[in-house]
Amino acid sequence: MKLADLLHEVYTAITVNKVRSSLTILGIVIGIGSVISMIALGQGAQTSIEDRIQSIGSNLLTIRPGAQSGFGAGGVRGGAGSADTLSSSDVEVIRQNVEGIAGIAPEVSSRYQVVARGSNTNTTVLGTSPQYVSVRNIDIAHGTFLSEINIRNFSKVAVLGSAVSSDLFGEASNPVGQKIRINGSNYTIIGITTEKGGSSFGSSDDTIYIPISTAQRFLTGSDSVNTINVSVADDYDMTLVEENITSVLLIEHGINDPAEIDFNIFNQGDIVETASSITQTFTVLLGAVAGISLVVGGIGIMNMMLTNVTERTREIGLRKALGAKRRDINLQFLLESIALTLIGGVLGIALGLGISYLANNIFGIAAEVSTFSVILAFGVSAAIGIIFGYYPARTASKLNPIDALRYE
Amino acid sequence: MGSRDMIEIKNVSKVYKVGEIETRALNGVSFNISEGDFVAIMGPSGSGKSTLMHILGALDTPTSGTYTLNGKDVSNLNDDELADIRSEKIGFVFQAFNLLPRTTVFRNTMLPLMYSGIDEETREKKTEEALLSVGLEKELWQNHSNEISGGQKQRVAIARALVNNPTIILADEPTGNLDTKTGQLVLNTFKKLNREKGHTVILITHEDEVARHANRIISIRDGKIEGDKIVKV
Ligand SMILES: Nc1ncnc2c1ncn2[C@@H]1O[C@H](COP(=O)(O)OP(=O)(O)OP(=O)(O)O)[C@@H](O)[C@H]1O
Ligand SMILES: [Mg+2]
Repeated sequence: MKLADLLHEVYTAITVNKVRSSLTILGIVIGIGSVISMIALGQGAQTSIEDRIQSIGSNLLTIRPGAQSGFGAGGVRGGAGSADTLSSSDVEVIRQNVEGIAGIAPEVSSRYQVVARGSNTNTTVLGTSPQYVSVRNIDIAHGTFLSEINIRNFSKVAVLGSAVSSDLFGEASNPVGQKIRINGSNYTIIGITTEKGGSSFGSSDDTIYIPISTAQRFLTGSDSVNTINVSVADDYDMTLVEENITSVLLIEHGINDPAEIDFNIFNQGDIVETASSITQTFTVLLGAVAGISLVVGGIGIMNMMLTNVTERTREIGLRKALGAKRRDINLQFLLESIALTLIGGVLGIALGLGISYLANNIFGIAAEVSTFSVILAFGVSAAIGIIFGYYPARTASKLNPIDALRYE
Repeated sequence: MGSRDMIEIKNVSKVYKVGEIETRALNGVSFNISEGDFVAIMGPSGSGKSTLMHILGALDTPTSGTYTLNGKDVSNLNDDELADIRSEKIGFVFQAFNLLPRTTVFRNTMLPLMYSGIDEETREKKTEEALLSVGLEKELWQNHSNEISGGQKQRVAIARALVNNPTIILADEPTGNLDTKTGQLVLNTFKKLNREKGHTVILITHEDEVARHANRIISIRDGKIEGDKIVKV
């Protein structure tokens, strides 16, 4: 039988029982649509989480005082950062002895009540060095960031985070050149950072940056630092640099037994990896749940095709009597189920795209439809047509023409 | 009439087995039919007429005995080989018309040609010829098969049976569902095809009135041939 004739038969068969065909197709539409939109939501979440982590710098190593422990638990524990085991000299030692460092910036931070022209706010005051901007991906909107000269001269200058700036001086104004009061001393504002938003890892917008030398002399009164940020050069392995820093600091601190280590190194790369593996699992899970509805849709196809074969037993017998071979009957019913699933597949892809569009533009949830998932959905729907249509088609093709013609 | 008969049925038996019970629907039947003949097969209900027609029409194979069609033994063929024989040599007309619903008269008639892989132009021409030869008005050709009368349906079925230019046209109680007048019209169509176009027609019936139209009447009872007489020459 020619393909055009087969398609004509398939078209007639599907349109004869429009309600039943539509309901069967609907099952596939829902299945494919939910697979596409769920995978899109999963991948959207993955990308937006990765972007947020990336915005802090995925090549970042963070060294904090405290006992070494596994990733995660140690970071949360209150002990980290509370001991005074890191100092400015450690920064120099690392800078001079470890290869592959793109930038290094120590931090001393504490919360203070900050006053400016009558308004005041409670915020983090962070003493650091000029490289902080490159290490932590901070952009300057107005003025400049801290300079080496500021460090050397113990200058009382401050760079305001965008949120602090609008808290103290209002949204639109540019307060560069004005003064703020921290812990009883006046600081001149030399720059404002660009709003970074989103980052939940310690908001860089709600921070005031001052020279680390100034912070140590006038605020903490000690040489210790809370954190040392290290950005690793692009062509260096983060884990290797992390190990080198560990050994350099162990020697510097005179520790022989690694169990007595008095600092932690957090590897941002590990966090990115962990986060993406979590979101990947999440995507797979969503896809799998949606996949179940696809299987249910496939069973709907099989059910309809089996009903069809039973209802059309006489027709099958007649076709056989008129010269149809097994292959002709088999192909006709198989094509019928493939046609149903492909129509369902196309509509399902449209539904998936629609849901993703709504998620992105109405609900503000990131959803990314990949070409891959569309092609996959198409392939899967054709495969479902073949798999779930195979048995009914075979049943039909094997009918004995005499029995079939006699069938009431 | 050729030296060799078109249909040679030799000692054919058909046994149906349902559970432990065996039914001998045909019991050692032998006869020949030559090309261009018009044969009626008669017998009471349950005598084995339909069983015989299934074997003659290559829808089924005998349990024992041989069936030779145009010199070819077709008694031991498989499903698809039988389908080929049906496609090339047999045209069926059923008591219940058996037209495809929601399909046009034209397409119904063309159906056997779609399974024999003839090119589109030829098959449309053949379909037109078949419909014209059963005297079906052109206005009805694009009607759906459920939009015509019973007599018209049976004529479409006859057109479908002869569209492939088959060696034999087999009709099982073709007038069983029609009133006398319409039945007469259908029988005249068979007669015309036999006389004017030389088609071999085998007609199964249990009505004398119907059998009267044939040239030869074979009667069977309990799966055996009871009588075989030539009524016209
Ligand atoms: N598929 C089958 N399975 C079992 N027995 C069958 C089958 N087909 C026919 N028979 C039996 O074979 C015998 C002959 O049946 P057949 O259909 O050939 O009779 P028939 O002469 O066509 O009768 P009718 O005039 O009523 O159509 C009957 O006894 C019938 O019960
Ligand atoms: Mg019968």
